[in-house]
Amino acid sequence: MTDWRRAELRARTPESATARTLYLTVDGWPGHLPGQHVDVRLTADDGYQAVRSYSLSAPADGDRIELSVQPAPHGEVSPYLADDFPTGAAIEVKGPLGGWFVWKPGRPDPVLLVAGGSGVAPLAAMLRARLDLGGDVPPFHLAYSLRDPGQRWFGPLLDGIAEAEDPAVTVACLYTRAAPPGHPRPVGRITAADLDLPGFRPADGPLAFVCGPTAFVERAANLLVHLGHRPDRVRTERFG
Amino acid sequence: MATLTPGFHGHRRTRGDRLPPGQFRTEDFPVLSAGPTPDIPLDRWEFTLTTESGEQHRWNWEQFQALPQQDVTTDLHCVTRWSKFDTRWRGVSLDTLLADVTTDARYALAECYGDYTTNLPLDDLRGGRAWIAHTYDGAPLAAEHGGPARLLVPHLYFWKSAKWITGLTLGRTDRRGFWEQLGYHDYGDPWREQRTWTD
Ligand SMILES: Cc1cc2nc3c(=O)[nH]c(=O)nc-3n(C[C@H](O)[C@H](O)[C@H](O)COP(=O)(O)OP(=O)(O)OC[C@H]3O[C@@H](n4cnc5c(N)ncnc54)[C@H](O)[C@@H]3O)c2cc1C
Repeated sequence: MTDWRRAELRARTPESATARTLYLTVDGWPGHLPGQHVDVRLTADDGYQAVRSYSLSAPADGDRIELSVQPAPHGEVSPYLADDFPTGAAIEVKGPLGGWFVWKPGRPDPVLLVAGGSGVAPLAAMLRARLDLGGDVPPFHLAYSLRDPGQRWFGPLLDGIAEAEDPAVTVACLYTRAAPPGHPRPVGRITAADLDLPGFRPADGPLAFVCGPTAFVERAANLLVHLGHRPDRVRTERFG
Repeated sequence: MATLTPGFHGHRRTRGDRLPPGQFRTEDFPVLSAGPTPDIPLDRWEFTLTTESGEQHRWNWEQFQALPQQDVTTDLHCVTRWSKFDTRWRGVSLDTLLADVTTDARYALAECYGDYTTNLPLDDLRGGRAWIAHTYDGAPLAAEHGGPARLLVPHLYFWKSAKWITGLTLGRTDRRGFWEQLGYHDYGDPWREQRTWTD
């Protein structure tokens, strides 16, 4: 296995109290499609190595990539990436990986993105690639299930979409524990009503991308199938 | 030159002869599949073996349950790098299903509900190394893990153990399955780290 590349950490910004986005430059990065991920390899002084997968949370941009990491309590890799990995140091990455959970800009079908927690990372790359296209096709909607407003990642991106009030690209936050004051939707887990949206019904032929923890993906993907979406139009990525 | 992951120590969980390179051990049973979980009623379930000459052998759920059953305890290795030790399964050996089948085929393509496919050499399905499993840890196999029945080929990466299997088509040539067309390895030996085309 020869295709590990050095990736140097340039900067790190907070997405929530604990989650961080890592901005890295990768030697010879070949580019990627929105939705793809990389394997990240860490090496201890004595040669011990650990590998985990992280989604690319921004579209291709030369040798720059972004990873957005939620540190898992007592996790081996994610707390190191989020808290300890120093700026200017390097990790190794392999990729881009994944050829199924990808959105190819240029496809005309409406796109329904369904995120649970950190599952928003690869969907943010798709959303940004869509915004880069401009125009009013294809329509995009992100249904983003999250615990409370403090857990909302990619604030500037989502605020920009809300302020633009462009009917072609919309976002709905589905808070499960606590919502901001005046939020129209009652607090609770994702339901069929959250996914039964004009322009994104089965007859509109949308492509759905569902990403997040396994239990969330199972629930959301089953809701879509019961709403009548063809299973082969519902692409899923489970984070663990 | 910048240093590589300074200050990373790692957890060094159980290693040893049973853990293939690049894998880590988990106690959970993670779920991975490309799309939603299908709901397959047992009265509609059927398993079909099709040979290279087009001859078909079929079993419905009742006939399948009437075949000799085997209990298997085995380690699983997923290409997403988790390994799980000592998983307990019950199912029908492919040796049993292939016993009365005449074939010169060298390859098999496993076919599933939801159009998932995966390719394997037929030899890897013989010799007590592959089963159609319907029971996990003493209970009917949950739908998210491939129930009512999945292929179990534990000596290859776990994506080869196709969930929701409906049949096997035997052939003289190797035809790539779903993940294999998308860049995953045709054979997928965890001990040789055959993850992708370039490995
Ligand atoms: C395709 C793909 C894309 C992904 N993309 C992202 C992404 O964009 N962002 C992201 O944040 N994650 C992503 N993940 C998840 C990521 O790969 C890791 O699984 C995650 O970061 C946890 O890794 P870890 O090494 O920190 O935890 P691990 O050490 O692997 O631990 C996993 C879990 O076990 C628990 N655990 C560990 N050790 C102990 C212990 N001793 N006692 C009790 N519990 C313990 C931890 O709390 C943790 O919840 C993705 C996964 C996949 C498969």
